[in-house]
Amino acid sequence: MDSNMDNNMENNRKEKTVVADIDRSIYDFRYSEEDAYKVDEGLTPQIVRQISEEKGDPDWMRDFRLKSLEIYNQTEMVDWGPEIDGLDMDHIVTYVRPNTERMKTDWAEVPEDIKDTFERLGIPKAERESLAGVGAQYDSELVYHNVKDEVAAQGVIYTDLESALHSEHEAMIRDHFMKLVPPTDHKFAALHGAVWSGGSFVYVPPGVSVEIPLQSYFRLNAAGAGQFEHTLIIVDEGAYLHFIEGCSAPKYNVANLHAGCVELYVGKNASLRYSTIENWSKNMYNLNTKRARVEEGGKMEWVSGSFGSHVSYLYPMSVLAGEGARCEFSGVTFAGAGQNLDTGTKVLHAAPNTSSYVNTRSISKGGGISTFRSSVVITEKAKGSKSAVSCESLMVDDISRSDTIPAMDVRTPDADVGHEARIGRISDDTVFYLMSRGLSEEDARALIVSGFADNVGKELPLEYAVEMNNLIRLEMKGSIG
Amino acid sequence: MAELLKIEDLCVRVEEKEILQGLSLTVGEGETHVIMGPNGAGKSTLGAVVMRDPRYVVTRGRVLLEGEDITAESPDKVAKRGLFLSFQNPVEVPGISLSNFIRTSLENRTGKRIRIWDFKKELEQAMEILHMDPSYAERDLNVGFSGGEKKKAEILQLLMLRPKLAILDETDSGLDVDAVRIVSEGIEAYKRSVGGALLVITHSTKILESLQVDATHVLVDGRIVRDGDASLVEEINASGFEKYAG
Repeated sequence: MDSNMDNNMENNRKEKTVVADIDRSIYDFRYSEEDAYKVDEGLTPQIVRQISEEKGDPDWMRDFRLKSLEIYNQTEMVDWGPEIDGLDMDHIVTYVRPNTERMKTDWAEVPEDIKDTFERLGIPKAERESLAGVGAQYDSELVYHNVKDEVAAQGVIYTDLESALHSEHEAMIRDHFMKLVPPTDHKFAALHGAVWSGGSFVYVPPGVSVEIPLQSYFRLNAAGAGQFEHTLIIVDEGAYLHFIEGCSAPKYNVANLHAGCVELYVGKNASLRYSTIENWSKNMYNLNTKRARVEEGGKMEWVSGSFGSHVSYLYPMSVLAGEGARCEFSGVTFAGAGQNLDTGTKVLHAAPNTSSYVNTRSISKGGGISTFRSSVVITEKAKGSKSAVSCESLMVDDISRSDTIPAMDVRTPDADVGHEARIGRISDDTVFYLMSRGLSEEDARALIVSGFADNVGKELPLEYAVEMNNLIRLEMKGSIG
Repeated sequence: MAELLKIEDLCVRVEEKEILQGLSLTVGEGETHVIMGPNGAGKSTLGAVVMRDPRYVVTRGRVLLEGEDITAESPDKVAKRGLFLSFQNPVEVPGISLSNFIRTSLENRTGKRIRIWDFKKELEQAMEILHMDPSYAERDLNVGFSGGEKKKAEILQLLMLRPKLAILDETDSGLDVDAVRIVSEGIEAYKRSVGGALLVITHSTKILESLQVDATHVLVDGRIVRDGDASLVEEINASGFEKYAG
């Protein structure tokens, strides 16, 4: 989220909705919180100091946290997007350490309940079958991190951010940590700076191509807690990486908060693909900030599927800093009953001959609200740059809502920009056609919606595309009659 | 032959307009029937209503398939009983490949998982019969297909889904001579391999040349005004529908 985003939508969108009975049991199980340690509710300098001490931060990091808290207290709450009144910071627990001494690199050593959680989510299986490395975060801390030997042998570093902070990489982290997303960016960036915990650190050395993806999975188990993981990825000159992020949580009656931060540095002629399938439970406030800086000739690809949360503010941003830098953004947002998902992307063209391509789909159903915001800025320096934004919306019924809010700021005549938007409904003809071949009405509608979301589906590795289609199927269940 | 489809005194309305007005028709197992008639007579309505298109409201009469009343059933149930409609204007569905769609349909009809390897082989063979470029299997269903390719994709589904009765709604309309010949070969292949019944709604005779027609019906103003054998097709070709006009 970003306070600079145009405040051009009056928000008066609290709608009464009927919450459909959806079987979320694969995500919705939870364990009792046998936390080793957790801080009190709310936010004070004492709590921030406590977190810092608990983590053994270097002095500069402790000071950074305290400074961020000051900024947090001085910054106004956002007032331009979906309502977040249900989020009471005095009752959010900012740090919950799971009941494990420290991060494990051997799966067998992870405590049973946590292990079972990730087994049920299919993480270790995915690691065995299709990933170069895996990180698993449970509440505030990484509980498991592992990278395949052959990938480590290439000089790739993949670990949790705290371990990296206590290693020879400290200087690299200090140079990059919250430099792309400073605490002054917006209120929840400041909050993140104060209480961040967990997250992954990846460094890919020059010229190294990581052939299979790395994945981090974030699971928030504790009720009324916040998750503030920080992901920092540096892909050096000419290197390539595909990083996958997955998130889920069981449903509680109290508000949970996710205010993570992702900072991605794409070096000269390097390439990074960052894929997310987000399925937070529907009591979650997902106020997440993601940003990438792309150097000369580099390429950033975002693949983003947003399905969960009660309220989301999510606009991954690409700063095209070097000549010829490129970015592509493929996104799908599915807002069901009781959800208000405000998603989109931002691109800053700050160098000549840069290009951006944005292709998003939003789906709303059961009274859900899906808003797509895009912001494309082409600076005076960015001569010869190109940008194409295309967004399509699909409303599954008459009680749902979909909005598109594009913003463009072009400061050079020598630029090629295009924007295309379409809003549609599922046509009866299509449903009849599919049913005439033997599909039930529910399956026919689910297939149409999956097809609509295929811009993201086809960019994902197969098992994630399957998961996404299962999520769509789950959401479409009970949508008939 | 045993009765497969029996339509009794069917009256059908769409948006307050009576289209079928007491239509009766019986098709036996494996038989090929031709429905001819002027524009607006209700030919396409007949196909759509048998397939249970919800836009058409049955106000009287009933449709039986193998002796069971299907007049109030949903299209997917009717499809699972072995009915198939080749659409005059097939719908474009983005994001679903032709191949995936056919496999999903097959799995839905049979309730069984189908091995991808066997399926791919069978699909390739069927596409060969229809002179379809194999790349079409992975293209989005009907999206950007030419008129001819859309009709071939319909017949491809016919070959793969192997229904007991296929209704072909103007499958030959808008096709050039070569495309009609290829589509006819596909229909023949269906007859050969499945032995199912056909209800062919058509204007022209080209598509019928290679088929053994068992009966011809002339549909005018929502009623069958004449039944005959294959020779009736020739007669209509020569003298048109004028003498049946109400």
